[in-house]
Amino acid sequence: MRPNDRKYLKSHEWCKIDGDVATLGITDFAVSQLSDLVFLDLPNKGSSVSADTSFGSIESVKAVSDIYSPVSGEVIEVNKALPDNLDWLSTDPFGQAWMLKVKVTGKSAGLMDAAAYEQNCADGH
Amino acid sequence: MRETALKSAHVALGARLVPFAGWNMPVQYGPILDEARTVRTKAGLFDLGHMGRVRIRGRDAEAMLQRLQTNDVSQIQPGRIRYAMILDEQGRTQDDILVYRNPGNDGFFLVINAGNAERDLGIIRACAAGFADAIVEDQTDALGMIAIQGPLSETITQRLTDANLAALKYYAWTRGTFCGVPMEISRTGYTGEDGFEVYVPAAHTARVWNEFLACGKPDGLQPIGLGARDTLRLEAGMPLYGHEIDEGTNPLEAGLDWGVKFTHDFVGRAALERIQAAGGTGRRLVGLRSDSKRVPRQGYPVAAGGTITGEIRSGAISPTLSTHIATAYVRTEHSAPGTALEFLIKDKPEPAVVVPLPFYKRPGKA
Repeated sequence: MRPNDRKYLKSHEWCKIDGDVATLGITDFAVSQLSDLVFLDLPNKGSSVSADTSFGSIESVKAVSDIYSPVSGEVIEVNKALPDNLDWLSTDPFGQAWMLKVKVTGKSAGLMDAAAYEQNCADGH
Repeated sequence: MRETALKSAHVALGARLVPFAGWNMPVQYGPILDEARTVRTKAGLFDLGHMGRVRIRGRDAEAMLQRLQTNDVSQIQPGRIRYAMILDEQGRTQDDILVYRNPGNDGFFLVINAGNAERDLGIIRACAAGFADAIVEDQTDALGMIAIQGPLSETITQRLTDANLAALKYYAWTRGTFCGVPMEISRTGYTGEDGFEVYVPAAHTARVWNEFLACGKPDGLQPIGLGARDTLRLEAGMPLYGHEIDEGTNPLEAGLDWGVKFTHDFVGRAALERIQAAGGTGRRLVGLRSDSKRVPRQGYPVAAGGTITGEIRSGAISPTLSTHIATAYVRTEHSAPGTALEFLIKDKPEPAVVVPLPFYKRPGKA
């Protein structure tokens, strides 16, 4: 079971909301599907993200994938060390490999709890 | 989805299987870049069961093949193999193939791309229908196909076969037994390394695969997926249908004129001669190198000083060269090695430079 202190998108991003700040990342399932990561592109502090819209991209040996935001708001912090330490995405996707902190102004209508996300992955999505 | 005879062997080895050209194929067993390095330094084993395999025989087999494809079959000696293309009347590439003349000179064998196999078989059968005695047999299900590629290929393979591999030249093939099973073996491949491709009756494919892996284990032989195969073939400058070549390209602009012989009347010849007389199509396939952080990918636009000149057809991280490599069609005036170009990722330019193909040649190869 994945952490149930946070919400998930069908496209395999997670967000953990504390007050009006959301921490964003991608799940272990996303990392296993991508495999062989080589590059991560994240937005700058101060830029804005929109729920269900791409905020960055992650590149593996064979493909590039967009990363979608579970929330809308302003980026207040970026995990600057992550692009140079992509192995964190494999070793600690729900902790050390967080990507952004966002001051939340809105949320995706598609947020799922851990149990629903588990089912989504089991269905092979 | 079609499956090769080795599907359960791949699952047992922990492979990640993906759909490819209608087949469920292993894309990787471990990290793709490690698999590519294994082939360059030791040896790797590939399931090529998805490739189309066709036998052509009959009195008119040679005449039929002369019409069908671009190489001059009359110049292929028994037991030898040549690269060729099937074109349409407009000179557009329908597939690239290997043409094998049987070692006993009693017919031919073709290896064709999985993704084009159905269309090819239609073209081949239609061509054969114009001849009194040209018989076409699809052997894709009847035969398994396994490749071993890498510097240790001959050492490992010789332990398993009575065929004299030291005497088997590059792009030659022979018959023999393999683990006691009658088979055919060619010194060919799609990686730029020395190696062999083995054709065995389908019922024995799994046994041959397992014998190979067990026998090569002390030498570091590993199973290799399609992911690394794509990286390896790109490093070696070998075209892949759907990327460097497709029905929108012709062999001249793709730099594959060495596979075209204007000595016989093949479908598409007149169109190629017209293109040649007109001085080409104005574009060329080139190799690009880039030390950018971003990997060049198929479909990205290529620009020269801010003006679009073409697009990427294949791109990869090259573990052998420790840089990014790509192929692209660009305007002829931008095709000379050393030309500085850019590829665009969401309109953001990343620097690249034109380099000669292939990117990689194995040590000691002319």
